[in-house]
Amino acid sequence: MENQIIETGIVQLTKEDFSSDQMVKWCPGCGDHAILHAVENVFPSLGVPKEDFVVVSGIGCSSRFPYYMNTYGIHSIHGRAAAIATGVKLANPKLSVWMITGDGDSMAIGGNHFIHTIRRNIDINLLLFNNKIYGLTKGQYSPTTPKGSKTKTSPQGTYERPFNPGVLVIGAQGTFFARTLDTNPKAMTGVFMEAAKHKGTSVVEILQNCVIFANKTHDLITSRETRDDYQLFIEHGKPLIFGKDRKKGIVLNGTKLEVVTIGENGITENDILVHDQYEKDSGVHTMMAAMMPPEFPVALGVIRSVPTETFDQAMMASIETEKANSNIKTVDDLLNSGATWEIK
Amino acid sequence: MTSKNSKVVELEQVVIRFAGDSGDGMQLTGSLFSDSTAFAGNDFATFPDYPSEIRAPQGTVSGVSGFQIHFGQKTVYTSGDLADVLVAMNPASLKANMRWIKKGAIIIVDGDAFIEKGIDKAGYATDPTTDGSLSGYKLIKSPISTLTREAVKHLDIDMKSTMKSKNMFALGIVMYLFNRDPEHVNAYFEKKFKANPIVIESNKAVLAAGFNYADTIELFATTYKVEPAPLEKGHYRNITGNVATAWGFIAASERSGRPLFLGSYPITPATEILQELTYHKNLNVKAFQAEDEIAGIVSAIGASYTGAMAITTTSGPGLSLKSEAIGLAVMTELPLVIVDVQRGGPSTGLPTKSEQSDLMQALFGRNGEAPVIILAAKSSADCFYSAYEASKLSLEHMTPVILLTDGSLANGSEVFKIPRVADLPSIQPPMAQANDANYKPYKRDAESLARQWAIPGTEGLRHRVGGLEKEDGSGNVSHDPLNHERMTILREEKVQRVANYIPEQEVFGSDDADLLVVSWGGTYGVMITVVEKMQEQGKSVALAHFKHIMPLPKNTEELLGRHKKIIVCEINNGQFVKYLRMNFPQFKYQQYNKIQGLPFMVAELEAKFNELLNQ
Repeated sequence: MENQIIETGIVQLTKEDFSSDQMVKWCPGCGDHAILHAVENVFPSLGVPKEDFVVVSGIGCSSRFPYYMNTYGIHSIHGRAAAIATGVKLANPKLSVWMITGDGDSMAIGGNHFIHTIRRNIDINLLLFNNKIYGLTKGQYSPTTPKGSKTKTSPQGTYERPFNPGVLVIGAQGTFFARTLDTNPKAMTGVFMEAAKHKGTSVVEILQNCVIFANKTHDLITSRETRDDYQLFIEHGKPLIFGKDRKKGIVLNGTKLEVVTIGENGITENDILVHDQYEKDSGVHTMMAAMMPPEFPVALGVIRSVPTETFDQAMMASIETEKANSNIKTVDDLLNSGATWEIK
Repeated sequence: MTSKNSKVVELEQVVIRFAGDSGDGMQLTGSLFSDSTAFAGNDFATFPDYPSEIRAPQGTVSGVSGFQIHFGQKTVYTSGDLADVLVAMNPASLKANMRWIKKGAIIIVDGDAFIEKGIDKAGYATDPTTDGSLSGYKLIKSPISTLTREAVKHLDIDMKSTMKSKNMFALGIVMYLFNRDPEHVNAYFEKKFKANPIVIESNKAVLAAGFNYADTIELFATTYKVEPAPLEKGHYRNITGNVATAWGFIAASERSGRPLFLGSYPITPATEILQELTYHKNLNVKAFQAEDEIAGIVSAIGASYTGAMAITTTSGPGLSLKSEAIGLAVMTELPLVIVDVQRGGPSTGLPTKSEQSDLMQALFGRNGEAPVIILAAKSSADCFYSAYEASKLSLEHMTPVILLTDGSLANGSEVFKIPRVADLPSIQPPMAQANDANYKPYKRDAESLARQWAIPGTEGLRHRVGGLEKEDGSGNVSHDPLNHERMTILREEKVQRVANYIPEQEVFGSDDADLLVVSWGGTYGVMITVVEKMQEQGKSVALAHFKHIMPLPKNTEELLGRHKKIIVCEINNGQFVKYLRMNFPQFKYQQYNKIQGLPFMVAELEAKFNELLNQ
């Protein structure tokens, strides 16, 4: 599957085709650098002419991204990137449209555009950099900041219940959701490719580290000591198995997911839940997206990928039908349609 | 239906007001009479007047829906001041409209509705049709409901449907009064109710019954006729401001070769533009109903970057929500037309009433210094040309344009001479050429200062735009202090130079008239009516009615200086006058303002202008 998309017979592009001449100004050690490299690696292999990429962002650290890519791009206003990207895609559905956003940009100020773009299933790829903090304004809590976190605006600890982006995406009738880590370039590249292939709004949550204001917020998931117990790499058709010696697994017990140990209490590998990313029913996908440490490992990879008609396809089909069926072919026809009269 | 039991008197112009409960179908009655007026060859203008509630409490004054038509044998500029004829289907509609009719007007009422309950609900202490309070009018009280039932009793039709057609009985009476042929109204029924033959039959029967009733019982000693207006040769249609606006954009799209994209969110009184455009996918129109006002405009900005002729439509509160995004369009120097169909404000204000109170918001309602071109349509039909010109200026000068219309223009209709698209001015956006080695995103045309439009998918022109300050020429992000100053001045200068591309301001009347009347936007009809009338009386009055607000036409200062007295008339508390005082402080301006959600009346303006002339 992955290879088909590359064989298009066009000039082979390289990473250099997409590197911009602008100085990258993210903090040293910021997770954004790795994401930029991964995107630069993915774009040349998609079989899309370099002029056909448009990268759209809102406001925030991550949103400087378009300036660092040599593509067409828009660095817009806070929270609105999803609606701007919608306009780009609808104006020219042939374009490969990528939206870069953060947890503040898309979960707070841009929440409305975020859910409605997903609901409509506009064919764009949406990379959500989730560092669980407002970085550009220097350290206020965001809609994904864990409850109890002390930040510049929660000196006593937050008492807000955070969003889980995956649950929100699937709740908004999302057709594609994947999760990945800024510390794992290979996995990141893989899910970006999957996102590009999916027709519809493909949301990829990247657990990204802000070294300055929320350093190690994903530590339990990413640190060498604990990661084997908290990373669950999922793959379509494969059982949900994880752990250092791959002895742990996820089962569906009644209406709930549960962590089990293979070989204990009569559990065998056959009891482990097998991942079906194409399942239309969103129940298990939602539960998988919701899994969080310390009770659960975090699911990494494509959680949901359900082919569904996109808004842009439907709109274009409707336009073609109307064009074919209408007697009004020009504005002159329109002006003279219906009730008119002549003065001689 | 030709033999008549009455004498026929010729009139120059007539105003009729149809009023009833909001469920009585008065809008349809009015629009059918308008069609008949068009076929009679008269010039005309109409205005609907309805409550903001869809079905306000039945029988109450707040639930009254009205439709006014003004028609004549010479040019008609407005939907008229006071009515010569009022059709009132119930006591509440009589009560609500008494102040909008002339002394001595003909009042046609449904006598069956003037029963205690209805009279009470309308807030009358006694029956106005019998207590003598209408003695100064020609009251025609007919049992319309009863006669409607009689007219369809041979048909198998239920009571509710029967009562829905009583407006056609009233229409039949009015058609008789103005010597109209009911035939084409019947043609309308046949087309509209094709699937439902019994409804065609019943409506025809009721219309004919009304017409014949007026004839048979000699309801009127005199009937009236308005001769055709001397309109130029050509094809005509009746058009509302909102439809004209939508069509002007489609025409500009076709002429410019840039596909039309609308991003919009429903809001009174602008919604019909969105609705209308959704019907024209056949002409490649992409009309996107967004999740909110902000998504409406920013989706349009995304489409504009991608090479579409992008527009967004709204009313005052929506314009407030769009302010930040308009700033983005200013900064990215992308073409975009923002239509503001003004209504009474602030906040939710008077959603169904018209006002000219968003001028200052259009001029200054953004953070930073963010100039945009501003046009204001002057009539319902002119909305077509204003939308077209707004698109042309936006596309050719690579800058957002705010087009101000208003609720009166939007919902009002008038006769529109159908143009040929080929006769409209050409539109040539400054498209960048593929692989142009010298392309720079913010390189400008020496004359207009417009940058080039390079659209995604074009080889060799990849570039980024955004809301951060741009370096002159390269378009790279720049925080350089002097560059910011230069760019601020360039953005202002680019808009000011549009004055070189718009016509000079015309003055209707003599160059040295004692009194210059100044107005703008949607009030043109009433202003020209008053000034023309006073000029005919030999008064030294001239009119400068502005369509181009930002920039002002180049001769504005010079023409203001030619007159002894200047009065600026607006449906607001004095915004254009403030703008003129700011730009040309050397002149003394008087002002006439009305902030009642109501249009100007000819009489009030005439009185004010005479007072000034006599001072």
